[in-house]
Amino acid sequence: MSRHGSEGLACNPAPSDASAFGDALDFIVSERESISGGVCIGGPGELLDLAGSHLSVSLVAIAIAIAIALPAALYLGHYGRGEFLAVSISNIGRAVPSLALLAFFVAFLGIGFSNVVAVLTLLAIPPILTNTFVGVRQVSREAVDAARGVGMTEGQIIRRIELPLALPTIFAGLRTAAVAVVATATIAPLANVQSLGNPILEPQTYGNAGQLGAAIVVAAITLAVDAGLGVVQRLATSPGLKLAGRAERGKRFSYIRTRSLTSP
Amino acid sequence: MNITNRMLLALMTVLCLGAFAAGCGGDDDEKSADSSTSATTTAARGYEESGLIERDEANAQTKLTIGSKNFAEQYILGEIYAQAFEAAGYDVSKQLDLGSEQIAFKALKNGDIDAYPEYSGTALTSFYKVKTDDVPRDKDEAFTEMESLLAEDDIVAMPQTSFQNTFVITSSKETAEKYDSPETISELAETAGSKTSISGFPECRQRTDCLLGLKQVYDWTPRFVSSQGQYEDIDGDQSELTFGFSTDGALSLDKYATYEDDKSLFPPYYVSLLTRQDAADKLGDEGRALIERIQEPLTEEVMRELNSRVSIDKQKPQKVAAEYLREEGFTE
Repeated sequence: MSRHGSEGLACNPAPSDASAFGDALDFIVSERESISGGVCIGGPGELLDLAGSHLSVSLVAIAIAIAIALPAALYLGHYGRGEFLAVSISNIGRAVPSLALLAFFVAFLGIGFSNVVAVLTLLAIPPILTNTFVGVRQVSREAVDAARGVGMTEGQIIRRIELPLALPTIFAGLRTAAVAVVATATIAPLANVQSLGNPILEPQTYGNAGQLGAAIVVAAITLAVDAGLGVVQRLATSPGLKLAGRAERGKRFSYIRTRSLTSP
Repeated sequence: MNITNRMLLALMTVLCLGAFAAGCGGDDDEKSADSSTSATTTAARGYEESGLIERDEANAQTKLTIGSKNFAEQYILGEIYAQAFEAAGYDVSKQLDLGSEQIAFKALKNGDIDAYPEYSGTALTSFYKVKTDDVPRDKDEAFTEMESLLAEDDIVAMPQTSFQNTFVITSSKETAEKYDSPETISELAETAGSKTSISGFPECRQRTDCLLGLKQVYDWTPRFVSSQGQYEDIDGDQSELTFGFSTDGALSLDKYATYEDDKSLFPPYYVSLLTRQDAADKLGDEGRALIERIQEPLTEEVMRELNSRVSIDKQKPQKVAAEYLREEGFTE
């Protein structure tokens, strides 16, 4: 019946009797024929491809955001300057919807990888910038003064005192940024980058099962990234801070509060 | 000829508005010039004999709710049908922003609306899960299949329009010249080969009536740029070609070249006013004749031009529909 011999497809039609959730899970684990026909979609093979592209665009964006926001916020936090400016500029970037930014950047960067990376980077900068700035400002002035007293340079104070002490707060920002970026990378197909957004944006090909299935995969990856960064955070936090945290177990973030109360 | 006349008309309307805004007066002269232009347009098409829609007071007993999906062409069509029924005396209300076809179709089946315009290809693939490849490429065969499927849901497919809004491959005129001005997709595929690029919605990539079909039917694999920019992609040099829609307002701009689908890759997408059985019974032959009459002048060229008034000139669909009915001599 088909005009182009799509009978020869190496996959079966979607199951017709499955529940919405079961259908979505089936989409994740096995290939099926697309809704409009003529092509095999879904299954681990395609989803892994899409996830790979999804993660690479996300990782590049997060890396650039860290490279920009972290040094800037450490500097501003150390000298206690430009808080208003830094937070305002980054919040303006955040206030514009990512979808609009994608269209806006086409004029400067063209359609493609760099376009999507730019949009996701702008999304990732505000939480990293704000959290780093706040984290550094909350470092006890006594500790900084003591460091200066023993002859540390300003650069050494930033690297050896302020950065380690602010690390838990910085990681909280990083995790927020990563979650937002991985979830938002679903819009990448609108600018010629394949991602797990494809099944979500193409209902005529992937159907409801594809939309829900891809959403489940995106959610799982997002949670995994968040948990992974949590592990990195624990490994990177100085043992001294961990002790302080343990002593005040049950009172999360209370050390921050204590510090800010005692700071001049 | 038509297009030139219509553009002239549009230009004059703008000038007239400008003069009015500036308070220069003299808009009486402009108005008469205006109407004489549209009179020639109508005369040139030869529809002047179609005559005004007659109001039948008995129709006031019949309540009709006309719906539409949420893009320019649908708003215009919805308004045209609604205003024509109104002129014929029916008690018409409108629900012209029903979102996707799934929402509109559900509203129709539930009786929230009595009728809305739908495309034959869309009805077959979206509502009845006909695979794109299995949709008959013949306009009337597709209509007959749609008609019989809809009948099971107690919905009547009113006669189709003479225009269709299907996919069309488009480029700038410069690109067309670069490839020796091909007329058909086959010729374009031959001269442009795989070096060229084509942009389309992300969805296009894996659809047999879109990018996948170019490979299967035309054995042609241009580089694909997934984007929603369409004509902006061509204008901004993001791609040489784009998948447009045959009635896009932009195509009335004389800036773009289109290529004929000589191997029937794209399914037919002619418009039919899908109407609930009970409403169709109330409309009767008279209502059916009215629908046929008012959509007769709607050629692809006219529909493009009407769409451009909304999408490019930013006019209200309601006004554009009223102008259409007036220009074609259906209303005063």
